[in-house]
Amino acid sequence: MSDARTTLEKVEAGLARRRRKEATFRILGMFATAVGVLFLGVFFATLIAEGASAFRQTFMQLDVELREEVIAPGGELDLVYADFDGIVRSALREQFPDVSGRGDRRQLYRIVSAGAGYQLRDMIAASPDIIGTTQTVWVPAASNVDMLAKGNIDPTIDESLRPLSDKQIGWVNELQEAGKLEQRFNKALFTNGDSREPELAGIQGAVMGSLYMLIVTIALSFPIGVAAAIYLEEFAPKSRWSDLIEVNINNLAAVPSIVFGLLGLAVFINWMGLPRSAPLVGGLVLTLLTLPVIIIASRAAIKAVPPSIREAALGLGASRMQVVFHHVLPLALPGMLTGTIIGMSRALGESAPLLMIGMVAFIVDVPGSLTDPATALPVQIYLWADSPERAFAERTSAAIIVLLGFLLLMNLAAVVIRKRMERKW
Amino acid sequence: MQTTTLILLLGFMAIAGFYFGRGRSLALVGGPGHGSALHSLPGYYGYFVAIWSVLPALALLLLWVLIEPRVVVALVISGLPQSYQDLSAGELNLLVNNIQNLAAGDVVSVDVDEVLQNAAAMFNNYVERSRQMLAVLALGFAGMGGAIAWNKVNPDLRARNRVEGVVRWLLIAASSIAILTTIGIVLSVLFEAIRFFQKVPLTEFLFGISWSPQTAIRADQVGSSGSFGAIPLFTGTLLITAIAMVVAVPVGLMTAIYLAEYSSRRVRDIAKPLLEVLAGIPTVVYGFFAALTVAPWVRQTGESVGLQVASESAMAAGLVMGIMIIPLVSSLSDDAINAVPSAMRDGALGLGSTRSETMTKVILPAALPGIVGGILLAVSRAIGETMIVVMAAGLAANLTANPFEAVTTVTVQIVTLLVGDQEFDSAKTLAAFALGLMLFVVTLVLNVIGLSVVRKYREEYE
Repeated sequence: MSDARTTLEKVEAGLARRRRKEATFRILGMFATAVGVLFLGVFFATLIAEGASAFRQTFMQLDVELREEVIAPGGELDLVYADFDGIVRSALREQFPDVSGRGDRRQLYRIVSAGAGYQLRDMIAASPDIIGTTQTVWVPAASNVDMLAKGNIDPTIDESLRPLSDKQIGWVNELQEAGKLEQRFNKALFTNGDSREPELAGIQGAVMGSLYMLIVTIALSFPIGVAAAIYLEEFAPKSRWSDLIEVNINNLAAVPSIVFGLLGLAVFINWMGLPRSAPLVGGLVLTLLTLPVIIIASRAAIKAVPPSIREAALGLGASRMQVVFHHVLPLALPGMLTGTIIGMSRALGESAPLLMIGMVAFIVDVPGSLTDPATALPVQIYLWADSPERAFAERTSAAIIVLLGFLLLMNLAAVVIRKRMERKW
Repeated sequence: MQTTTLILLLGFMAIAGFYFGRGRSLALVGGPGHGSALHSLPGYYGYFVAIWSVLPALALLLLWVLIEPRVVVALVISGLPQSYQDLSAGELNLLVNNIQNLAAGDVVSVDVDEVLQNAAAMFNNYVERSRQMLAVLALGFAGMGGAIAWNKVNPDLRARNRVEGVVRWLLIAASSIAILTTIGIVLSVLFEAIRFFQKVPLTEFLFGISWSPQTAIRADQVGSSGSFGAIPLFTGTLLITAIAMVVAVPVGLMTAIYLAEYSSRRVRDIAKPLLEVLAGIPTVVYGFFAALTVAPWVRQTGESVGLQVASESAMAAGLVMGIMIIPLVSSLSDDAINAVPSAMRDGALGLGSTRSETMTKVILPAALPGIVGGILLAVSRAIGETMIVVMAAGLAANLTANPFEAVTTVTVQIVTLLVGDQEFDSAKTLAAFALGLMLFVVTLVLNVIGLSVVRKYREEYE
């Protein structure tokens, strides 16, 4: 019976099943695409939800009495050894006169940041004539108070499970009701170096470290990468040697970045004796890391320049070097710049090789030169992510937002250059 | 004189050289109107003089900066009293460090005595003198080179060819840096790895099943030798890589198929850049996300169905790594699918097959080599990935295939062994380089095969 079926019948018999399969396949494809996009959405949502609050910081108002005998004993201004913390403490005692007993007082002192004393010192250094007066200042609250104010510490759970005691929460509430607790823009996040105290920790040191590294990287990798691309594309004879270089560059682009870190450690630090943790060494390692990317992009840009341009220039009597530098290079430059910016954005986000060359040290000072110990923005993120304090998690997200912001800007610049300057032949 | 000032000065000398050379060439033929009597354009005579004034000086500067620290340290040591010179290499190293810190005005770890004070003064003195010598020599080189070149300028000088020859050599030098990098990588990991294998036999490293590199301080303590069997690291790496591939390959491949065959133009224009964003996120950010969001989620989900889940499970790291690799797989698959000639596709569709049949029975088999090459590159990427596993995977070297237990990987161990200060010749530190060598060799083999397959396949259909 089945033999008697016509081809058409056979096809039609299977058609429903085949259409079902087709639909399933299509849905699978849609689902797969959605996975990536969905992850991106969840990722950014969590990041912003987590990090947005770090851009604000809780401050508390204190009436500090800048007594002359503490700050300038004997009329001599003594900014180094004066007991500014003592002034802050007495202001707190003034604020809460009924707190007594050593234990309670110590708890009281902990609701204000350790940076309050430094703030007073800087104030007095800026205008010494306020000595002897009583000033109303806003000082940063301790990170636990900050977390409480932002709702990250639940005051209803058992006292032993949270970092703030019932008494401390009571004092904070008292301040809150008196209008002496306020959330303000967290300037410290952008102007401070790293710190053990979350409320004082900032990314400026890391940003400067990254900036110095990128300066070294771009100063070396752009000229070298473009020169290498020119040679390989325009001058290299087709030989085993140039094949080897070609294969080699493609492979280098895929070598794990941590291996470049090992190279940096062995060659730049142990063999050449360059300083550890320095942006100079980081920049050199990142140069080697980004060179393949830049060379590949630059070669593609040179390849895209039509041969007719070269032939016309050669026909008019230009030497090959003149053809390249007067005609090919200017036309290929937008593509090269785009490739370089993409290489730089890769360098900016790289952290594994930097761990190898000692850029993970805890460094408070903002680096001032290429050989000062420094850290980089992604490494700072890694360091903060490892810190147990709740307040650092929030700051890590904020630092990530800043890093992604920089990367976004760089990629936008690449897109703009491509759109603006690219020519279609 | 500061090195930067010196370089600036050399820059000025180059500019001056350019104008002198150019001016002389024109003056020799009797003014700007007679340029055609010159062999080359006047500017080339300028470049000729500039190159000869700056290149030798720059070469000297580079050499000097590399050699100077060693010479100065050697001189300072030879100036120390005999009792100090008999110290062991390690102690001497520490002493030199202290002298350098003292000379720079930094904090010193020992009491400062007169010998140290003198040595620091001597150190500063030598550095100062060396800098003066360098400045005089470099500027002298530049002046002399420029003068000789200036003297050589005449209308018959083939200035353009000379300059282009130098530029050509510079281009060659730039392109050989890539080769030098590879050689540098190989040598630096190889030498340290060989030193490691002198302490720990190769067979123990490759086939041992216990990894605990923490060596005790005294030789007679328990565990004084440490054990360096790397099998648990290899299995851990493979486990996480496998999880990542289980996520990335199907999702990446289906994404590529959907975007190439099914989706409307608008969807493609939105989805493709979004996936590229995924590829541009730094790995440290993925690591943070894996450790803080995905790992607790995996743990909760696992426990709600009654599974024992470690807080730093292989699952969390593998999942996030898989997501990170999706764009790589999908873009390489996209290339492979697009390289299949459209005649094959049209033929299959014309014979009445559905789009999914065309895809699975005609295009995918034809694109398979390219896709496999792409997957090999993705595997290499996953094996070498560092930050995600450092932040989200554990440190304990468990020999297990259970994705919900904590495992450690080769890259994690390299980082933990090398971060922080330690002596450079202990087996512990050297082990990191042996692991680095393994990592480099394995990823290199995967990359070479993957790249050549992808490339050959692309050529086949062109």
